[in-house]
Amino acid sequence: MEATAHAASGGTEVHASAPRRSWLFTRPTAKTGIVSWLTTVDHKRIGLLYGISALFFFLVGGFEALLIRIQLAVPNNTFLAHQTYNEMFTMHATTMIFLAIMPLSAAFFNYVMPLQIGARDVAFPRLNGFAFWVFLVGAIILNIGWFVKSGAPDAGWFGYAPLTNKTYSDQFPGDMSTDLWIMGLQILGVSSVIGSLNFIVTIINLRAPGMTMMRLPTFTWMTLFTAFLIILSFPAITIALVELMMDRYFGTSFFEAANGGLPILWQHLFWIFGHPEVYILILPAFGIISEILPTFSRKPLFGYPVVVFSGAVIGFLGFGVWSHHMFTTGMGTVATAAFSLMTMAIAVPTGVKIFNWIGTLWGGHLQMRTPMMFALGFIWMFMIGGFSGVMHAAAPADAQQQDSYFVVAHFHYVLIGGSLFALLAGIHYWFPLIFGRKVSEFWGKLSFWIIFIGFNVTFFPMHFLGLNGMPRRTAVYDGNMGWNDANLVSTIGAFILGIGIAVYFIVMVRTYLKGEKVRRDPWDARTQEWSLPTPPPEHNYDVIPTIHARDAFWYEKTHKAEIAREKAEHAREETAHGGIHMPSQSWFPLLAATGLLIGAIFFVNHHYEGAIAGGLLFVFGVYCWASEGPGGYHVHPGDHDDKDAPKY
Amino acid sequence: MSTHAATSAIDHHHDPATTTGIPSKKLFMWAFLASDCMFFGTLISTHLIYRLHPTPGSPDPRKLFSLDLTLFATLVLLVSSLLMALAVNACQKNNIRSVRRLLLGTIVFGLVFIMCQIFEYGNFLHEGLTLSSSIFGSTFYTLTGTHGCHVAIGVLWLTLMYIRTFKPADERPWVLRSLGHFLVFLVVVVAGVTSVLGAAHAIEAHGLAAGPLAQAGRHNLVAIIVTLAGLAALCWLGRARKAVDFTESNAIDVESLGLYWHFIDIVWIVIFTVVYLLEYL
Repeated sequence: MEATAHAASGGTEVHASAPRRSWLFTRPTAKTGIVSWLTTVDHKRIGLLYGISALFFFLVGGFEALLIRIQLAVPNNTFLAHQTYNEMFTMHATTMIFLAIMPLSAAFFNYVMPLQIGARDVAFPRLNGFAFWVFLVGAIILNIGWFVKSGAPDAGWFGYAPLTNKTYSDQFPGDMSTDLWIMGLQILGVSSVIGSLNFIVTIINLRAPGMTMMRLPTFTWMTLFTAFLIILSFPAITIALVELMMDRYFGTSFFEAANGGLPILWQHLFWIFGHPEVYILILPAFGIISEILPTFSRKPLFGYPVVVFSGAVIGFLGFGVWSHHMFTTGMGTVATAAFSLMTMAIAVPTGVKIFNWIGTLWGGHLQMRTPMMFALGFIWMFMIGGFSGVMHAAAPADAQQQDSYFVVAHFHYVLIGGSLFALLAGIHYWFPLIFGRKVSEFWGKLSFWIIFIGFNVTFFPMHFLGLNGMPRRTAVYDGNMGWNDANLVSTIGAFILGIGIAVYFIVMVRTYLKGEKVRRDPWDARTQEWSLPTPPPEHNYDVIPTIHARDAFWYEKTHKAEIAREKAEHAREETAHGGIHMPSQSWFPLLAATGLLIGAIFFVNHHYEGAIAGGLLFVFGVYCWASEGPGGYHVHPGDHDDKDAPKY
Repeated sequence: MSTHAATSAIDHHHDPATTTGIPSKKLFMWAFLASDCMFFGTLISTHLIYRLHPTPGSPDPRKLFSLDLTLFATLVLLVSSLLMALAVNACQKNNIRSVRRLLLGTIVFGLVFIMCQIFEYGNFLHEGLTLSSSIFGSTFYTLTGTHGCHVAIGVLWLTLMYIRTFKPADERPWVLRSLGHFLVFLVVVVAGVTSVLGAAHAIEAHGLAAGPLAQAGRHNLVAIIVTLAGLAALCWLGRARKAVDFTESNAIDVESLGLYWHFIDIVWIVIFTVVYLLEYL
């Protein structure tokens, strides 16, 4: 479906003129308004959709956390019923992992990665839109429970058998809370795998000329590793969930101990996914930090190849350490020792990265801007989480810490102090690129300090709570256990953290509306995405850049004449081919995802006719998607305002 | 992205629009198959783990299995892979008539495999093996059923690809016609499978005797008539056309389909080994 007519000069876009196309296949062309967002295939818009949804669910998950902390503030509290408490900790964890941190990482993958490699979009733009809509379907399914009689899922985020079987999880016949959890996670898995396949192909196949693999920005490298981890680890949980679903719906006994099933198998399958998932959450953070530190240290990243390869080693070893979540299940001494050693080994590449970041800072001309504050906070806090992680690796110590608040302290240090700090740093860092405005340093740093203090006040006491024997997931504790003070401090900290997050987001919204406008490249950064105007035009690059060095934009800034010559030549070539080819928007990714939503809702309610109808709508959506073809239209650069373009 | 590839001769192993030269669709399919390996890896592991922990009342697989039937199904699937490879080759040579014939061959062999599986399931159910009768039933049906779904999706994809070869080169409306073509295909498959399975059951029960076979034929008369009528309709729909919009530039689509098809073939070889042959060691 190439556009046959070329734009007359002055016209911005020419759409494929397909005579006698039925209304069904008329491509939407809206560039503003709700339709433009529902049908978008632009990786930047999809990135924003991911980001906004993720932040919404982040606030939901945070609200659940505050309710948990209120319940635990004083002994023998009756603020939440036990059942509600179970729903809270299950949904807090599930929401934060699958609906906040992962999609927020996906938002950066979508928005930043194609810009960094000098591409105009991902390899399969409609599939990218589909991945987002499927994510939203999974998020809706997971959260429907709040609004129905069954209640939200309540079996814990890792859903250990036999808690998930009908005897234990169903409060009444037809209780669908666990079914919602199973279905929601399966759908989210589909979304993650589809998105990741797209990223893998994009990074390998859509790099700009000269962008060799060893010139890829570190964030793009970490995107690639994360994508591989996702496609290789999600199948394990998907199959485990399928087996659980067969148990609950069709009478198999995979995890039914009464009929000879092995509940321990669920633990193995879950953690074969669950441990790589930990690295799925943290590797994007490593990538973001590895972009921010060089920019604000005014130095190239120290030991780039080592940073890249240690990321690969972490991803590889991440598949061999799952049983350290199961040291107390009685696996036998050999297995325990082996997994213990592997777990300690994985600290080595992680430590290597820390030293690389210190090396980057060392002797640098440090600029203490807000993203840098979060990045430095990340290094420190993530290290604390890493140290307690190494303590868990020692199996005898872990036998004491297992299922205690020490574990809760550990994983919040790596997830908030690690992943979340880096993602908040990334939002500050790329905000000027995305919206053309910059957060005020005062308010940015203020929010950082409140978050930093609140975070430590909340979670540091949990180490002691855990060592004093407080079990995790406990809704009520007695006043004479010696846990009162630490719990109260922790709750106060949680509210400080909440205020910090509130300040952070209020400042973001205010900046979006009224913040200081910035010109291109406000941080004097090093990677290719900063060569774009803020915000970037729909087609990203007027001229696909040629990459000459690892810090591609830095090279561009220091070799202006050479780059200008190249660009003029490439622009001529592209014009000769009819301008910039852009993918057309489409309704069908949304339609197919809607079919999935309808089918899934009927399925969890055991209405199989409705489930089949939803499935048919899905198939119809995919069929139309295939039939309409990739489509496309041409854009001619130079039509958009690019007033602050660098003068070569 | 292949904006101007059509003007020059097509190199099927190199796409100038991509960085590596590997067509993006092919790369996508390889990455997906890597992921799919893990799906089947998990299922096969589950089966093997429970093989070591049999429950009381588990059947003796050796008494249950009919190796002749499964071996036949395996060979059929292997041959279908050969036809698939030839179809890719024919498409790269722009020989669309051969592509159609070979795709149809692959579809038929795939369907024979599915029929063998349905037949086998019927026998096992008759022997009392169900999803919930024992843990062996749970793992066996889930594993082979997932593979069967993969084959069915493959057959669906093959069918859609076959219908796609008839897309007219001009801009005549085609979608409704293709949908009709597909529905006829669906009807023929369902009716055809019913008829053949009816005959197979009659032969199994009574041997190759004319009487019972005729009775089974009368029993499935509607299905047989529908199959024959549908086949005639398919012949009419599949008659030679004017220029079609399906050329060697579509070879990458056929090749991606081929990768998938060979993959489920390889998975079946693994399943045949660890689920069936292992029991005879």
